[in-house]
Amino acid sequence: MSGGEYLALAYGVVFVVVLAYVAIIAAKLARLQRETTEILELARSREAPPRSAEPVVQKISPTA
Amino acid sequence: MSSPSDPLTSSSPIRSLPFLAAVAAVLMGLAIVLALVVAPEDADQGLSQRIFYIHVPIALTSYFCFGLGAWKALLLLWREDSRYDLESYVAIHQGTIFGALTLITGSIWAKASWGVWWTWSSNQLVLFLVLFLFYCAYFMLRFSLEDGPRRARSSAVYALFGIVLVPISFLAIRLAEDFIHPTVFTREGPQMTGTMFTAFCVSWTAVTFLAYVLYRVELAGKRLDADLRELREALAS
Repeated sequence: MSGGEYLALAYGVVFVVVLAYVAIIAAKLARLQRETTEILELARSREAPPRSAEPVVQKISPTA
Repeated sequence: MSSPSDPLTSSSPIRSLPFLAAVAAVLMGLAIVLALVVAPEDADQGLSQRIFYIHVPIALTSYFCFGLGAWKALLLLWREDSRYDLESYVAIHQGTIFGALTLITGSIWAKASWGVWWTWSSNQLVLFLVLFLFYCAYFMLRFSLEDGPRRARSSAVYALFGIVLVPISFLAIRLAEDFIHPTVFTREGPQMTGTMFTAFCVSWTAVTFLAYVLYRVELAGKRLDADLRELREALAS
């Protein structure tokens, strides 16, 4: 191998490692996004029953 | 009042990350142009000498990350604030990644210059390998213990012990009897031309900034993960 090829190998390795690291972080963020959606759905499903059980009187405006 | 464990506030620094990442990308691009195009070719080593502009900044950044990890570990033991545990862990994780890159790029440069991938006769290389393996063992220790204050304290003490190796590794080249590994920075100053030194300084700034951005991204992700776990537990109960 020539000096230029060693140079390209060194910079290429750094580039690939940083790229792999960023890809791993991106995969983790995608997982966190999925988990956030799941938790949001869980929170919404918990909120739903009390809302439906609200007395109808409370929804009527006082001026009506 | 906001606290570090508050799910709504702990992830707010994420907003500045795209800007920081863009600055890191520009700096890295500039550093590569200066190192590969602008800096003059070394009369002795030729093209392979340009590995210096990526190898040395990466090595210095790994020392800096290990130092930061030890500093955060000290803060954890001193102030007993659990957020420093994660900060120390992420810094050491970054240091280990950059340490691995130091060994790989150094090995490539060694093959180009000395004709061998590795030599056990150079104290600088061996001490850096010892430092790297020491911090690899940090993860073995950390993940062998259950999550909690005990793990945080044990990891912090280990990280503090490791920092002793950093100045030894850094000064090894000056203390060593062998002169295989080149000495660029001496008491008389940097042994290179002005353009080479500028390229080196820009590369060092770029790599350090890149490490800082990666540190912030990883830390934000881990904090978000912890917040979500806490939120899930709160909702499940």
